[in-house]
Amino acid sequence: MLEIKNLQAEIDGKKILNGINLVVNPGEVHAIMGPNGAGKSTLSAVLAGRADYEVTGGSVSFNGKDLLEMAPEDRAREGVFLAFQYPVEIPGVSTVNFLKTAINEKRKYLGLDPMEATDFLKFMREKMELMEMDKALTSRSLNEGFSGGEKKRNEVFQMAMLEPKLSIMDETDSGLDIDALRLVSAGVNKLKDGERSFVVITHYQRLLDYIVPDFVHVLYKGRIVKSGDAGLAKELEVKGYDWIKNEVEAAV
Amino acid sequence: MPENVDILEELTNSEYKYGFVTDIEMETAAKGLTEDTVRFISAKKNEPEFMLEWRLKAFRHWLKLEEPTWQNVTFPKINYQDIIYYAAPKEKKKYDSLDQVDPELLKTFEKLGISLGEQKRLTGVAVDAVFDSVSIATTFKDKLHEVGVIFCSVSEAVQNHPELVKKYLGSVVPYTDNYFAALNAAVFSDGSFVYIPKGVRCPMELSTYFRINAENTGQFERTLIIADEGAHVSYLEGCTAPMRDENQLHAAVVELITMDNAEIKYSTVQNWYPGDKEGKGGIFNFVTKRGTCLGKNSKISWTQVETGSAVTWKYPSCILKGDNSVGEFYSVAVTNNMQQADTGTKMIHLGKNTRSRIVSKGISAGKSHNTYRGLVKVSKKADKARNYTQCDSMLIGDRCGAHTFPYIEINNKSAVVEHEASTSKIGEDQIFYCNQRGIGTEEAIGLIVNGFCREVLNQLPMEFAVEAQKLLAVSLEGSVG
Repeated sequence: MLEIKNLQAEIDGKKILNGINLVVNPGEVHAIMGPNGAGKSTLSAVLAGRADYEVTGGSVSFNGKDLLEMAPEDRAREGVFLAFQYPVEIPGVSTVNFLKTAINEKRKYLGLDPMEATDFLKFMREKMELMEMDKALTSRSLNEGFSGGEKKRNEVFQMAMLEPKLSIMDETDSGLDIDALRLVSAGVNKLKDGERSFVVITHYQRLLDYIVPDFVHVLYKGRIVKSGDAGLAKELEVKGYDWIKNEVEAAV
Repeated sequence: MPENVDILEELTNSEYKYGFVTDIEMETAAKGLTEDTVRFISAKKNEPEFMLEWRLKAFRHWLKLEEPTWQNVTFPKINYQDIIYYAAPKEKKKYDSLDQVDPELLKTFEKLGISLGEQKRLTGVAVDAVFDSVSIATTFKDKLHEVGVIFCSVSEAVQNHPELVKKYLGSVVPYTDNYFAALNAAVFSDGSFVYIPKGVRCPMELSTYFRINAENTGQFERTLIIADEGAHVSYLEGCTAPMRDENQLHAAVVELITMDNAEIKYSTVQNWYPGDKEGKGGIFNFVTKRGTCLGKNSKISWTQVETGSAVTWKYPSCILKGDNSVGEFYSVAVTNNMQQADTGTKMIHLGKNTRSRIVSKGISAGKSHNTYRGLVKVSKKADKARNYTQCDSMLIGDRCGAHTFPYIEINNKSAVVEHEASTSKIGEDQIFYCNQRGIGTEEAIGLIVNGFCREVLNQLPMEFAVEAQKLLAVSLEGSVG
């Protein structure tokens, strides 16, 4: 589904991604870990289409289409979803209204008619039940006054509503306590259907106890330097990142 | 953001949608303003002696006044002798049915999206269409006549209801009030007159559409709405104007009066030509709008969405004379490119237990300047007055300005006055968040701006809330910051 070949990117002249290679097939969960400054957030930003990052080499194809050629909103409409690390607030715009607009924009893009209001409300109620979302949260302005945990849960709720093919989760676990972590993970696991793929970017192994990955990759200095299965994450938990850094330096 | 520049260039090149001119021969007064001009206007309208006297008094007073200079807007000096003060289409007959109206005129109204025939059949909204200086058609007269509501042009009211006009015209905004009020009183062309009798809830929303057409014609309309005891009415004023090279002055006066337990809701959606990107050629909108809550428990509510005009200068206000009376002001003022706005409201608390509520949303983009100027005045005898003011500014881009001048004069110890203000920006992060959810940038700005203005938009009559939302989005095209 997602094929990243030798992706290179920089911001303000500083090179961050130095040749990323990654293949994600439908239904797979890939975890991307790595020390600070490795380029994890840059990778998610480039995939989502943030304009301040410049791609200087390589390619990304999504379901056979050139992802880098598309505007961010088109990438979203094709089925790419980014769960932000720091979701912004949009006062005056309710979550309901926001999602209705997003869903209908996607449908327009796919040549479909907009969803009827009653169908939409029914659809939303189903997803709210599935994600155990409090009705109060969805009628408020988007993320306004939400706690960190509530914001992350709202990201996963939006994921449920927009039904993306590929979800990139950018350090979703940052700032969450154990209960929030469990709730968020439970939400994500409910969305696994064997076709949907997830790229879970995280610092810590703990999230991966709840969202069990099929593959774990370590990102260091803008490159994936090691890949393995869930066991690799546990190894990092015990040893830290130093042993990988040393391995890499030694190989140079 | 390099890739957005192309999109911006495309958007800012979209033409003003309503730019066109109607070619109907007009009977116009010679340029300039002298006592003769005032007599000419009054004679053309066949006015009774008392009206001519009033106009002349106002004109002589105007001559003594000097144009004000305290406003926070700049514009080229207006040459009052270089304006035509009267323009009417040649046909002045009244018609029983629309079939008899000049088809060219009907076409004009259709282009503006207000086909009178359609209105008559579908929406049930009575429309008094003012074509430049003279009213053309008044529909629904019969239905309103049944309940005793008078809704006609001021010119007609002067002829058919002189006692009401004599009693109330100039009672809220006397010609001595300010420079432009004096000018208006002297040369006002026409406008709407509404009288709602005791206990009547007007069965439909009343509405007026204007069109400023002839080159160099200032539009000086005057509206007078009187709600007698226990009466209720909702009135909508909405305007469009064609592209012009000369600046056009619009100095209107609106007076509202409510008796005991009466209520007037006055809504305005204004979309006049704002001038081109360099600020040339737009409308100057200098308006005096005021309502007096004469009666106990009465209420006057102003709601406005202003997105047009090169310069907007207006303070719809409420004088809360009657005990327990309520004044409200809800406003969205958008300025883009080189537009300027100095607008706000005055709430004057005179009676006891009076309440006022002000919600002002200013949006600036481009190189524009948006000023809110508000006065909350509580007089000595106004016991237990309460005011709540919320004044929010949104800046789009980094070359525009938002300014706030709140004036609070409290002369009574029992008053409770609250004032909140905020300034915000549409962040790139917010736009990107919307993009990442599949919402394009233009839609995102529309979504965010409408969210910002929601409280005000909710006050508009339903059918116009939709138009207003679209208007907001259109007026901010190409302003991504």
